Amino acid sequence: MKHLLSTQDLSKADAVRILDTAEEMAAVSDREVKKLPALRGRTVVNLFFEDSTRTRISFEAAAKRLSADVINFAAKGSSVSKGESLKDTAQTLEAMGADAVVIRHWASGAPVRLATSGWIDAAVVNAGDGTHEHPTQALLDAFTLRRTWARTNGTASAGTDLSGMKIAIVGDILHSRVARSDLWLLRTLGAEVTMVAPPTLLPVGIDGWPCTISYDLDEALAKRPDAVMMLRVQAERMNAAFFPSAREYSRLWGFDDRRLAALDDHGLSDTVILHPGPMNRGLEISSAAADSPRSMVLQQVRNGVSVRMAALYLLLSGESRSTARSQADTPDTVPAAAGTAPTEENAS
Amino acid sequence: MSTTGSYLIKGARVVGADAADLLVENGRITGVGSSLQASGATVLDADGLIALPGMVDLHTHLREPGREDAETVETGTRAAALGGFTAVHAMANSSPVADTAGVVEQVFALGQQAGWAEVRPVGAVTVGLAGERLAELGAMADSRARVRVFSDDGMCVSDPVLMRRALEYVKAFDGVIAQHAQEPRLTEGAQMNEGAVSAVLGMAGWPAVAEESIIARDVLLAQHVDSRLHVCHVSTAGSVEIIRWAKHRGIKVTAEVTPHHLWLTDELVRSYDPVFKVNPPLRTDEDVLALRAGLADGTIDVIGTDHAPHPSEAKECEWAQAAMGMTGLETALSVVQHTMIESGLIGWADFARITSAMPARIGRLAHQGQPLEAGSAANITLVDPAARWTVDPAAMATKGRNSPFAGRELPGRVVATFLNGHPTVLDGKLNTPFADGSAGQAAGQPQAQSREG
Repeated sequence: MKHLLSTQDLSKADAVRILDTAEEMAAVSDREVKKLPALRGRTVVNLFFEDSTRTRISFEAAAKRLSADVINFAAKGSSVSKGESLKDTAQTLEAMGADAVVIRHWASGAPVRLATSGWIDAAVVNAGDGTHEHPTQALLDAFTLRRTWARTNGTASAGTDLSGMKIAIVGDILHSRVARSDLWLLRTLGAEVTMVAPPTLLPVGIDGWPCTISYDLDEALAKRPDAVMMLRVQAERMNAAFFPSAREYSRLWGFDDRRLAALDDHGLSDTVILHPGPMNRGLEISSAAADSPRSMVLQQVRNGVSVRMAALYLLLSGESRSTARSQADTPDTVPAAAGTAPTEENAS
Repeated sequence: MSTTGSYLIKGARVVGADAADLLVENGRITGVGSSLQASGATVLDADGLIALPGMVDLHTHLREPGREDAETVETGTRAAALGGFTAVHAMANSSPVADTAGVVEQVFALGQQAGWAEVRPVGAVTVGLAGERLAELGAMADSRARVRVFSDDGMCVSDPVLMRRALEYVKAFDGVIAQHAQEPRLTEGAQMNEGAVSAVLGMAGWPAVAEESIIARDVLLAQHVDSRLHVCHVSTAGSVEIIRWAKHRGIKVTAEVTPHHLWLTDELVRSYDPVFKVNPPLRTDEDVLALRAGLADGTIDVIGTDHAPHPSEAKECEWAQAAMGMTGLETALSVVQHTMIESGLIGWADFARITSAMPARIGRLAHQGQPLEAGSAANITLVDPAARWTVDPAAMATKGRNSPFAGRELPGRVVATFLNGHPTVLDGKLNTPFADGSAGQAAGQPQAQSREG
């Protein structure tokens, strides 16, 4: 794995490997000293063309727990109108020694462009591009769901997939990079996915996607999903006639108190609710739902750091492993095994 | 720098038929037959070559004035000559916009100075391409540039009343409105064809209906006011159907298709490489096949290259930031040969119709697009149909490096291009520009040459 650009081209073996590595990373995060020397001397650049404090600090925490040096670069707004191109920015950062570029961009495909244009050699991690993909969000969702599914089935999660799990993804599918990345990854891991949205917020061309489509959230809940993923809806969409009003959206596609109660009525005691954040409480999700024991929202945030540690670790210590090891083997480091692979720190 | 030479082209297959000799003297074809003799004429061995009437492009962006970093009339017409073209229509979206007699005369004069191809300026339909009020169409028609084709290309004349008035008004001087059919509200922020690929790539879609709804409206308007409508760069199967229907009803509509829409599809956008970003966007296989069929059966009348050179920085960026457009002059013949002739859909006589006779007729170019026979103006393209070459944008005459065909092997090579009896291209390389004998090389006195044809 040279880059992490999308979940569509992620094999099942790679996906499970990332999730299993993330489990090991999660164990590190539970320790008193939450740090591994694995990426010591490596530099990770967070290149953010779009504001996203949550994602940026998650990547920053992940890189720092692996002992990498972190450079944050916020290229706000339209970079071209301000002068410097993506190419120049990326080459500048690489010239300063970036080994990996974590890129968040408002334009779909910008990370692919960075990885395939030949402008730079660094590993590229897509931290969300336009309405295309957000692979690390999908991985943290899958990680969270896999733990839930393992608990439901009474097994350990390492090495498992999501076979048989039923997941509803609800909301603005059209503009959601999370929905796309989730769908490809959850399908790869064996889950069944239903997309629930008003017809205006489903893309033309969705018919070929490996999922069921529904316009009716109550009907989708009656089909007994094991997890419900609520997507953020931007109220501005209302002005572009995607739906008549925020209230109507909330009544028809919001996870409100009535639907929270419906899960109990259906006897779905294990069904969980996810949301990638930030939440619009009262629009796509009610406070009661967001704060209920079913809510996985904070677990998702916590798992995000583990999954991003795993991704950075696998990308940067993979083909350059010999470099990493020679650095880790210098006398005053922690034992080599802990420095190069966190296997022995495994939980359980 | 003799421009009055005579040439004897020996043994070319005339428009793909039997081999014959062509005698070119004083800018005209003076004889077609076997074993022609002419003392003093330069003899060209054209064995194995096909002689075609010089190609005429209805849709070229020469970028001058204003964006000389992207292309100039000089570089663009060099590319045209190398591509086998003897005339190009320079689109109006220059800076300043070609919406006055002054600008179209400037572009026209630059074309004459360059001498690589006849440059016919297209006049803007509306002032500044803003779609608000008519430009002085009559002044451009009466200018030395004698504009007959009017277009806001790049922008759609979306206001139905303005479109109606434009169609009506150009009847006064036998003009034609060439519409860029794109409903603006349906394509706000559009990046690529709306369909299965855009859904996965997460890009704002440019739906086929945005093109088709404007064409449907415009053919009905053209029928209502009995005027001439030309539809630029048709890109969808539905558009072909609407135009076919309109022609059956006798509506005076003509249509063009670009070489790239005859071959490439939106699958290429998966690379996010902006060299594939173009307007209208690359569509689907189904659309490509419908366009080919429409071109073969005459529903689509002409090839228009929509040659749109851009400086490299306009493409070395994120897809959403990149400029729309592809170069096309130097690949058009080969791409049409590949997609239409080698697929068995048309022959070389059809090729001459769609690349020369019809575009010249639509643009009202009297001495272009004539049959290769005695008495015709000597605008001739000699093609080696057996040649194969690999597209290398860096080797092209256009300033634009944005060819979507880069690296592909294509059939057919332009060996020579004759403009008014003068070889602008020989042995596949630029020769010398045409210079009118009465005016001398760049000597002014444009009135002496502007009234011919």
